[in-house]
Amino acid sequence: MKISLFITCLCDAIYPRVGEAMVRLLARFGVRPEFPSVQTCCGQPAFNSGYWNEARAAARTLLDAFEDSDFVVSPSGSCVYMIHHYRELFRDEPAELARVEDLRRKTYEFTQFLVGVLGVTDVGATFPHRVTFHPSCHGSRLLGVREEPLKLLENVKGLEFVPLPYAEDCCGFGGTFSVKMSDISGAMVGEKADHVLETEAEVLTGLDMGCLMNIGGHLRHRGQPVRVLHLAELLYEGVSRG
Amino acid sequence: MSATEAAPGRGTGRAATDAPAAGAAAVDFGTADAAASAPKVSGRPASGQAAAGTASGAGADGARATVKQRAELALNNEFLRKAVRFTTDRLRSGRLEAARVHGNWDEWRERGRQIRRHTIAHLDYYLNQFADNARANGAYVHFADTAEEAVRIVLAIAERKAAKTVVKSKSMVSEELHVNHALEAQGVEALETDLGEYIIQLAGEPPSHIIIPAIHKNREQIAELLSREAGEPLPPDTAVLAGFVRKKLREKFLAADIGMTGCNFAIAETGSIVLFENEGNARMVSTVPKTQITLMGMERIIPTWADLEVMATLLPRSATGQKLTVYLSGISGPRRAGDGDGPEEMHIIIVDNGRSRQLGDPEFQELLHCIRCGACLNVCPVYRQIGGHAYGSTYSGPIGAVLTPALKGNVAEWDDIADASSLCGACYEACPVKIPLHDMLVYLRRRKVEGGRAGKLEAFGMKAYASVMGNARQLRRALKLGKYGQKPLVRDGVIRARIGPLKGWTRYRAFPAIAGEPFRERWANLRQELEREARPMEPDVHERLEAALRRREGGTDRHGERE
Repeated sequence: MKISLFITCLCDAIYPRVGEAMVRLLARFGVRPEFPSVQTCCGQPAFNSGYWNEARAAARTLLDAFEDSDFVVSPSGSCVYMIHHYRELFRDEPAELARVEDLRRKTYEFTQFLVGVLGVTDVGATFPHRVTFHPSCHGSRLLGVREEPLKLLENVKGLEFVPLPYAEDCCGFGGTFSVKMSDISGAMVGEKADHVLETEAEVLTGLDMGCLMNIGGHLRHRGQPVRVLHLAELLYEGVSRG
Repeated sequence: MSATEAAPGRGTGRAATDAPAAGAAAVDFGTADAAASAPKVSGRPASGQAAAGTASGAGADGARATVKQRAELALNNEFLRKAVRFTTDRLRSGRLEAARVHGNWDEWRERGRQIRRHTIAHLDYYLNQFADNARANGAYVHFADTAEEAVRIVLAIAERKAAKTVVKSKSMVSEELHVNHALEAQGVEALETDLGEYIIQLAGEPPSHIIIPAIHKNREQIAELLSREAGEPLPPDTAVLAGFVRKKLREKFLAADIGMTGCNFAIAETGSIVLFENEGNARMVSTVPKTQITLMGMERIIPTWADLEVMATLLPRSATGQKLTVYLSGISGPRRAGDGDGPEEMHIIIVDNGRSRQLGDPEFQELLHCIRCGACLNVCPVYRQIGGHAYGSTYSGPIGAVLTPALKGNVAEWDDIADASSLCGACYEACPVKIPLHDMLVYLRRRKVEGGRAGKLEAFGMKAYASVMGNARQLRRALKLGKYGQKPLVRDGVIRARIGPLKGWTRYRAFPAIAGEPFRERWANLRQELEREARPMEPDVHERLEAALRRREGGTDRHGERE
């Protein structure tokens, strides 16, 4: 049984602590994943910007990395959903389509894997804080991961959950959008942060570091001390405490 | 091809099979909520009067400014943003509630999608059937390849009728054609009778929403516009304002020579047109004047009245959350002997204007499925911030960002609107016929790149991306370089400097620094550590993994199939 980590370029380069938390959590259930180091990035930044040749260069590293894996687990719904676009991305390469199909069927977002496959809804964490949750667009809307994170949060002892107003609205990240249309993106993240602050939560959590980097970066820009954690980090902190 | 005009009943038809050259467009329904009309609007924010001008000058097709520049105007107009947020919030929750009460919403959306897909796949057949039946009903049917041709047909009818006044009900196609300007240039008064359209006509602005053209205005601004028209100050009181407009329009309805409508749906099996509206003005327009002109996009067709049941379920709920609009009219030809009212002469102008270009294009044909409900605008987080005028064209929001370049053949002038999206997919989720607009936006971006119209800096950046991400060794090297290269900029783990490509980011956010030890560097130690303290896999975890594999191999696992 080969379970592999698809770490995502963002967690690799900037948020290794998220990958680490995810691995340590999985280890508690006896799941010991591999990290095929030939992986780089899912290709989404280039794909969404219209540079499909460039996207394929990155995407191929995942097809290679996970060729022999039985399960692929990733801390990002957006990057997992990108694999669903590989059908279009490789539509002129019929030889790749079998690998594309195989990868899509075996790749799971972290909470999809934890709840949907392993059947874990209570990791045994204690986290006595007021917490709100931002459901990232690609993970929730396109990949369909909606209930899993909420179930996990529900079972954390001591955690006070506050729903985020306008939770379903995009935070304004959108990859290169945040740089190309920075003023529109800035207005969007401003509104998102306002809603986070309205909840008076101490901690904002979510399943995608792209969005959390955006919201967290803006909160920090405004000097707001809200802690921003990937759900894997929150849960791992919660079990370490216990 | 020139416009063909068939005498009623003769079925001269230009067979629609030789490429449907007519176009479809939309008509939307008059909105109950245009700020002045509905009492419930009284909660509209009244502040920010000073910024009343909206993003003016930034609305007409062909506007020279970029999306960024137009958006900046809107972003600095706190009043406009408040007004847009206020109304879209109401429409959003209305739609969600209507879908919840309906109970089988997703099944009906799927049915709606199938009807639209079938119709558009056989558009030539249904257009032909529609035209034959409409002619048999006694209507004149015209096909117009282009906006100019459609306008020429309208002007020719107006001239033949020696028309002085045309009253119009709401029609997005007429906005697309700029037909009012053309009529006025010929000395014919063209008057909008949908309240929202009337307001923006007075303001000299294009609509900023598909169904709520004056969504960006508040009651005070509307009172100001109407006071000017009335020649006396009118209070910003909904009843007074609506009363003034009603009285004024009543006179115009009675005096008008021509009534011009749009068309929400055209029913092929009987050659009928169907109008959804809330104010009753479309009924007046289509019953009082002696001549009626209906402008319809070529894709407005549905095969049967039974199909209308599905569309009539989807459209008002998606648009405003209503179960049905206040008025729903089906019009099958001009007045017949014994009819109490109706026009003596009816013309249906079927407009192509770039629509047929989408036929056979696997990436964009579904655009023709759109029923112009505006739901995608109401849920769009970008539209929410910048309103409709920032899109620079008749159609705004996610549908406008795709439709405008598509209708115009992806010309470079419209390349930038596809960038004004974070690709969040809210539009797709709200769409009653499930058009994947978020994917289409990516296709537009790709076509720009393939067409060699992308910025040089961006293209260079993407080349660099591909060389770094095409090979893990390169990525490892780049992470090392980045870690040292960023040193002068990093304070407390973040970069705040507004330089280079980071400028847009750091203006609003701190940028996190590259980790001292990326995951791939940390992995070897982490793995050893975990192996030392390894727990055995719990038996039920193991069994669940095995079961998931069996399901996958047995073909019963739906994982990864969701789209």
